[in-house]
Amino acid sequence: MPYFPKFMVISNPRPLPLTSHLFLTGVISRAQPLRQSAHGFLNRCPITDSAVRRGSPKQTWQRAGAAHRAKVAVNLKGCHISTVDMLSLTIREVSSALREGRISPTELCRKCLNRIKKTQHLNAYITVTEELALKQAQEAETRLLQGAPRGPLDGIPFAVKDNFCTENIKTTCASRMLKDYTPPYNATVVQKLLDQGAVLMGKTNMDEFAMGSGSIDGAFGPVRNPWSYAAPYREQTEAAPDSDWVVTGGSSGGSAAAVASLTSYLALGSDTGGSTRNPGALCGVVALKPTYGLLSRHGLIPLVNSMDVPGIMTRSVGDAATVLGILQGLDVRDSTTVPAPSSPTELPEDFDVKNICVGIPKEYHAPGLSEETVVQWSRVADMFERAGARVEQVSLPHTQHSIVCYHVLCHAEVASNMARFDGLEYGHRSAVDSSTAAMYASTRHEGFNDVVRGRILSGNYFLLKQNYEHYVEKAQKVRRLIADDFKRVFSSGVDVLLTPTTLTDAARYSDFTQEDNRTRSAQEDIFTQPVNMAGLPAVSVPTALSRQGLPIGLQLIGPALQDKKLLSVAQWMEQRVGFPSINDYGDSSESRNNNGMTKREQTSAV
Amino acid sequence: MPRLTPTPSYSPAHRFASQRLQTPWLLFNIVFSSGNVSACPQVLNKRCVDAAVMTGLALSCTINRMSLFDRKHYFYADLPAGYQITQQRRPIAVDGTLTYCFLGGKKRSQVIRKTVNIKQIQLEQDSGKSLHDDLRSQTLIDLNRAGVGLMELVMEPDMSCGEEAAAAVRELQLILQALGTCQGNMSEGQLRVDANVSVHKPGEPLGIRAEVKNINSVRYLARAIDYEIQRQIDILQRGGTVQNETRAYDSKSGETVPMRDKEGLQDYRFMPEPNLPPLIVYEDNASLPTGIDACQAVVVETIRKVLPELPSVKRDRLVQTYGILPEHSFTLVNEDGLVDYFEAVLKVTKMGPRKVIGWVIKELLGHLKQQDMSVSQSPISPSALAELLELQETGHISSSVAGQVFQEMWKSSGKTALQIVQELDLGLVSDTAQLHSICQKVVDSNPDEVRVNAIRNGNKKVLNKLMGLVQKETKGRADPVLVRAILQEKTLLKSDC
Repeated sequence: MPYFPKFMVISNPRPLPLTSHLFLTGVISRAQPLRQSAHGFLNRCPITDSAVRRGSPKQTWQRAGAAHRAKVAVNLKGCHISTVDMLSLTIREVSSALREGRISPTELCRKCLNRIKKTQHLNAYITVTEELALKQAQEAETRLLQGAPRGPLDGIPFAVKDNFCTENIKTTCASRMLKDYTPPYNATVVQKLLDQGAVLMGKTNMDEFAMGSGSIDGAFGPVRNPWSYAAPYREQTEAAPDSDWVVTGGSSGGSAAAVASLTSYLALGSDTGGSTRNPGALCGVVALKPTYGLLSRHGLIPLVNSMDVPGIMTRSVGDAATVLGILQGLDVRDSTTVPAPSSPTELPEDFDVKNICVGIPKEYHAPGLSEETVVQWSRVADMFERAGARVEQVSLPHTQHSIVCYHVLCHAEVASNMARFDGLEYGHRSAVDSSTAAMYASTRHEGFNDVVRGRILSGNYFLLKQNYEHYVEKAQKVRRLIADDFKRVFSSGVDVLLTPTTLTDAARYSDFTQEDNRTRSAQEDIFTQPVNMAGLPAVSVPTALSRQGLPIGLQLIGPALQDKKLLSVAQWMEQRVGFPSINDYGDSSESRNNNGMTKREQTSAV
Repeated sequence: MPRLTPTPSYSPAHRFASQRLQTPWLLFNIVFSSGNVSACPQVLNKRCVDAAVMTGLALSCTINRMSLFDRKHYFYADLPAGYQITQQRRPIAVDGTLTYCFLGGKKRSQVIRKTVNIKQIQLEQDSGKSLHDDLRSQTLIDLNRAGVGLMELVMEPDMSCGEEAAAAVRELQLILQALGTCQGNMSEGQLRVDANVSVHKPGEPLGIRAEVKNINSVRYLARAIDYEIQRQIDILQRGGTVQNETRAYDSKSGETVPMRDKEGLQDYRFMPEPNLPPLIVYEDNASLPTGIDACQAVVVETIRKVLPELPSVKRDRLVQTYGILPEHSFTLVNEDGLVDYFEAVLKVTKMGPRKVIGWVIKELLGHLKQQDMSVSQSPISPSALAELLELQETGHISSSVAGQVFQEMWKSSGKTALQIVQELDLGLVSDTAQLHSICQKVVDSNPDEVRVNAIRNGNKKVLNKLMGLVQKETKGRADPVLVRAILQEKTLLKSDC
């Protein structure tokens, strides 16, 4: 027994480990639900709703998406499905194909492995577990042939961000520090998927130790957004794919790229400040950040313990709900987990939004928010309103402080969590051995990139006795206020909040690297990170393609432990926005010239 | 102050040659799982919390209904996570007392009772153990105990000499052993004591303290403290000032020496432990919130109910119930299992407790100590000893023979006292005729004594001498009451002639 069986969660299950010192100054006014006319709350919306709905290129793509689904449905009735069609299905669809024997798990696994090879230029994977995947697929096949599949995930290929421990499989956190680290156990969430018979394809690329929002700051080079190679972007921008590719967002960029490029049906990410939702939005996949504590963090190499949650990336909201149902619940190895609410999993197909109230936080009209994103935000809000939902402007006044507050808390915990990497017990150890102190210093200098070292430095500064009260304690108080903002809004009758996920669509790598990691993180996390502060569930739903031909996602935020209801609303939205599949544009992402681009690039950051 | 040593000596010249383990060892920890690379969420072990609450109750502490965990950071290879989980802001128990006694006075037979206040009891993770190899200039790290749970007790500066501190720690040891929360062996590091020592003149505030580490027995604790007190007094008398420093006790020289301390001032950068939510303990089962399993929760009342008899209560009970001397009660309680042994003997013998205590302390404990054995290893069981004492009590053997039989029983365990008595023919000679002839022989061969006795009309001294001669003749087996009567008869008769 690696752990003593008699553990207890002695405390109350409050998901927010905030200090009890409340910052009580200032009177928080109640949310003032304003009954608005159709788009009145989006005052700054420069493009009228009707203009969006008529004739822009993205509308064509959305229709193409709808047509594609129909085509698949027809194809499934027949016997032949092209490789890419099969790969672009949702879990639910491919799962029934497996059960009906239209494809075997090993066949499916091989197709995914082939696709991984063809899309190697994306640099989505750090480790591909080909042999293990085929073995697992074979086992799934046996079960399916015996008519005894373990569940909806049996035989389904999945990918895992490289900061989740995987037994006997390298887990690097995209860092030199853990370049050769092989854990002896599986993270709880990984184990749960394996127990369901899901087939692990590999470990995905990321920002080093999940610190970043571009998936460009890892020791194994940047991840490329699959949409960089899809027809819409290439036609619209006439971009040269090898120089003008766009980033995936981060830090779970590899996982998002894996799902978007059709090499895995499901990927695990981690979400500390938006690291799952951000790349999910930029890569056009569904990205769920569950309520803090609903999924075990055991085996997830920590970034910020009080904010980290395993994230779920899929191609449909329904799939995310299925996976959530499997992963959620109490884990005796994680004291911060809470029992799952009454078994949800399957979402109602005919969810009625008539009785729900959708809040639009006015503070999310942030500087830098693209016009196109505002248009989509407005379009979906209208959709809800037309369907009979109440749509109200709400206020989250402390959101503006979230970024600064996050920086202090994140860096403080990073400084603490990274202290274990001293070169002694595991991971990189410097050859310098003139003294212990020198060995520590050079190990950590060689092992961590600038971003990690910078956060360790500032985090330790915040934690110094003389600074703790001014920084960490104050940030915890502000964190409480941010959480209270949400609580107040949700207790005033709002069911979900609708916000953008990111400011804009994905940036070109060349543009993205103009700013440093810190600035980028501050900009990119602005809509996603307050949710982590409050421990709430949120999901990014792919909504439309931008004029450039890149995905735009919108975020829905729900009250704590209302993940199922949140997903029900998200599915309603998904069914109506008509986001296209990357597959609609042919197999462009693998037909490119591979010359010189398949080998991993070393990022300048290391 | 019994507590973990958090900062071992530090030598920058030492390289770490720790064996790299293939697998993270800390998956197997007793209290917290942490320190491996993912290391994230830790889980508290209920047994440790139970132990801390139990110890807190035994020391009359206030048990905090909610306590918190914190991270204390420092870089040292014996701390694999780079921080120690401790309870800095709100420990599990506070404000207790420890009453201890020791024998003082001129004859060292006067029981002196004192009390030291317990500031707090906190739960912590243990660190690893550093072993410095100066020859090879290497430091080896033993991580077997890293992450294991420990209790730190902080005592107030209420003790004034080594003897008091030693007695207090000894009492604490006994309490912990009685509770079963710690075996308390200092030489094996199960109980570690760091002594903070300062001196001051009466009426003045406490002086600057020095901390003494590396003390691995109660005896050394007393010596280390007394040495340190004298050292500080000497410094002050010479007009110097005491340094606030960490010193190590060298048991060979009996001195304290400065430890190579870490460079510069440590800022432990405390922060709340994010993976352990506040620890809540409940007063009784009625106060448990619905949905919480009583087996999973820590309930103070439940623990209070199973508190065993504490050493001080046990001593008072022994003195009152059996009328034994207070110093004997100390001896009984200090030796693990001896009280039970004593009481087991009493149950099956008619011999009075004050006689039995002599046997248990003098003979049994004497023999055990001589051979460095524990009570549980004794070759003579309580019932076997009782049988022997019963033989003496009922007049089957004399007290001197009883001693002889005890020796035999110790050597050849398994044989009963009766068997030995029979085999060696040690039974009391009560045959009047036989005794008469032996006495006659003694009387005849000692005419002088007999005469004196006759003159003085029953001289006790002479009678005892004659009795001794009879016992010598019978190898101590003669029934003394009968012999006395016969001798008296014979000597007095003689004088009548």
